Amino acid sequence: MTEPRMIEISPVTRVEGHGKVTIHLDADNQVDEARLHIVEFRGFERFIRGRLMWEVPVIVQRLCGICPVSHHIAAAKAMDMIAGVDRLTPTAEKMRRLMHYGQVMQSHVLHFFHLAAPDLLFGFGAPAEKRNIFEVIREKPELGKRAVLMRKYGQEIIEATAGKKIHGTGAIPGGINANLSIEKRDHFLSTIDEMITWAQDALKLARDYTLEHEDLVAGFGSFPSNYLSIVREDDGALDLYHGNLRALNSSGDEIFDQIPYTRYHELIVEDVRSWSYMKFPFITELGPDAGWYRVGPLARMNTASFIDTPLANAAHRDLRAFSDGKPNHSTLANHWARMIEVLHCVEKIRELLNDPDLQGTDLVTRGDRREEGIGVIEAPRGNLIHHYRVDENDQVTYCNLIVSTTHNNEGMNRAVKDVAVKHLSGQEQITEGMLNHVEVAIRAYDPCLSCATHALGQMPLQVELFGADGSMLDSKTQSS
Amino acid sequence: MSPDQKNEAGFTFTIDGVEVTARAGQTILEAADEAGIYIPRLCDHEGLRHQGSCRVCTVKAGGRSVAACTQPAEAGQTVENETAHLTKMRRDLVEMLFHEGNHLCPICEASGNCELQAMAYRLDMTDATRFPYLEPCRAVDATHPDIALDTNRCISCGRCIRASQDVDGKGVFGYVGRGIHRRVAVNGDNLADTDAEVTDHAISSEVCPVGCIIRKRVGFATPIGERKFDKGLIGHEIEEKRK
Repeated sequence: MTEPRMIEISPVTRVEGHGKVTIHLDADNQVDEARLHIVEFRGFERFIRGRLMWEVPVIVQRLCGICPVSHHIAAAKAMDMIAGVDRLTPTAEKMRRLMHYGQVMQSHVLHFFHLAAPDLLFGFGAPAEKRNIFEVIREKPELGKRAVLMRKYGQEIIEATAGKKIHGTGAIPGGINANLSIEKRDHFLSTIDEMITWAQDALKLARDYTLEHEDLVAGFGSFPSNYLSIVREDDGALDLYHGNLRALNSSGDEIFDQIPYTRYHELIVEDVRSWSYMKFPFITELGPDAGWYRVGPLARMNTASFIDTPLANAAHRDLRAFSDGKPNHSTLANHWARMIEVLHCVEKIRELLNDPDLQGTDLVTRGDRREEGIGVIEAPRGNLIHHYRVDENDQVTYCNLIVSTTHNNEGMNRAVKDVAVKHLSGQEQITEGMLNHVEVAIRAYDPCLSCATHALGQMPLQVELFGADGSMLDSKTQSS
Repeated sequence: MSPDQKNEAGFTFTIDGVEVTARAGQTILEAADEAGIYIPRLCDHEGLRHQGSCRVCTVKAGGRSVAACTQPAEAGQTVENETAHLTKMRRDLVEMLFHEGNHLCPICEASGNCELQAMAYRLDMTDATRFPYLEPCRAVDATHPDIALDTNRCISCGRCIRASQDVDGKGVFGYVGRGIHRRVAVNGDNLADTDAEVTDHAISSEVCPVGCIIRKRVGFATPIGERKFDKGLIGHEIEEKRK
């Protein structure tokens, strides 16, 4: 018997942003509670108010340095709607898609090779000093080189379409501000076949890992849940840039399907809890207990009917076959799904580079102004919702952002608890390697904690004072 | 040519040891421009009357500090422009302009076209300002259908005031306040209350050196790489005359 104790993993490493995990152990060393806390605070939803509508895609992308393009494009789509534009010119839409595929490619590569690979290659319990990208490069130089060059390729696609590798200005309300020159197109085409090959190799690596560690994967933060994403209109194909909302339950049955994303607020409610700056969304009709859901690469593999590029589609069928066509619930299978999406993105980039529309000169469409705009995309980490209202003076009066990491909040917390119970309960000695297992579960969602803490307003705050004997002496609550 | 020798073209003086020819009535800055020597400036603008208020164009003429945009050139004068002392003083002035306003270059639509930003690059203002930020909190005036004002970015150069009065024949802008509180404001309750039009010279993107006067719905339409100062340091067009 020991005293009850709390273990804190702070900060959680190899994720974007700042968070911590607290694990409460009882007197028998059994895990009583385990939570992922988001301890940073951003405030974008509040301070964007009063800014001018065309500034929004440039300002809100500063939420993130890893996938700013996602926020840039989601905000631009919302501003298209406010500018009264329902359909972009072919050049504008294809340039934005190219930007987005470059973004998803580089972000997924960053996550898989730089953040997750050290765990997968060296083991979750490997010494901490070994679990980093430099060791990956030292021990697997060819793999390390590909990681750097694939990410570079995606970043250069972003630079060519947005003007800068990070925080560009390409997407503007109603369109895009530049097309793709022939010189740049030819530059990218010169190595696209190599990128396809490398993406296939990376996919094989992720797939083999999942299958070779089937028992570990099956029992590591795996639990049934609902899944949500946008899918392509009409045929339900994977579409990272545009589509309608689809949600499936853990058996793969439809909760809702092909609902225009402009109705997201009828379908989803955001819940607030006292111990985190991050909200907890759930599907309205199912309620907070049963309505939580997961988003992201694996969720998209579960929701998409098929993929419209041949190599990724074959890989999608392969992944689905392992769960008999039903949703795959394995948290660690996200890596496999992520690499299928990298292959899809590279195939899409090749398709677009061969499309002469990218050299078109009709870049911007105008329309009749509206007061409200909603833009939704599938960002690398999952579904991303941007919602704004703008007054007659072009100033923002309302902003609501639901980012992928927020969608996954409940899922990540459950994964944390699941792994903590399985790997820490009953242990006399808690090692750093054991604690890394908890971080591995969080990392599999590739969370972006910076993006997820954008809200500003009165948060419910609870302060509790405990005496030495563990009894609560006082409690103060500031409600929202 | 001896310093006091004058021909039909005018007279000569030197800037940093380089002989410059000037005509009677020209300022040091005008003569320098024609000779392909760039003297940094912010409140001065071609086509507008000189004001000499920002002091970024300060040079040493005959050992005295003067504003090159208002000081007449004189025959035989010895002018110092690019000295370590003057560059530091100019950088300090620009730094103070940054700390007085909210100059958030990463999200400002003037970025790449902004003379303040370009001047900071030219003067090698690579560190964060040493002065405390004043962080003004002035509401954006977006009441006009085609123009918006974000005076948190205003550097009080007064170029819009002179352009409106002298070129447009209006009086849309004027100074209000005294001392540290002096700033540019509109002559009315807000911009919609004035006779400002988007076609006014005062509203044109070349007059406002920063992102204060904004023509609505055109922000970020110019891609990165094609903006004014993506192609070279501020003043490079003037310096290229000498090459």
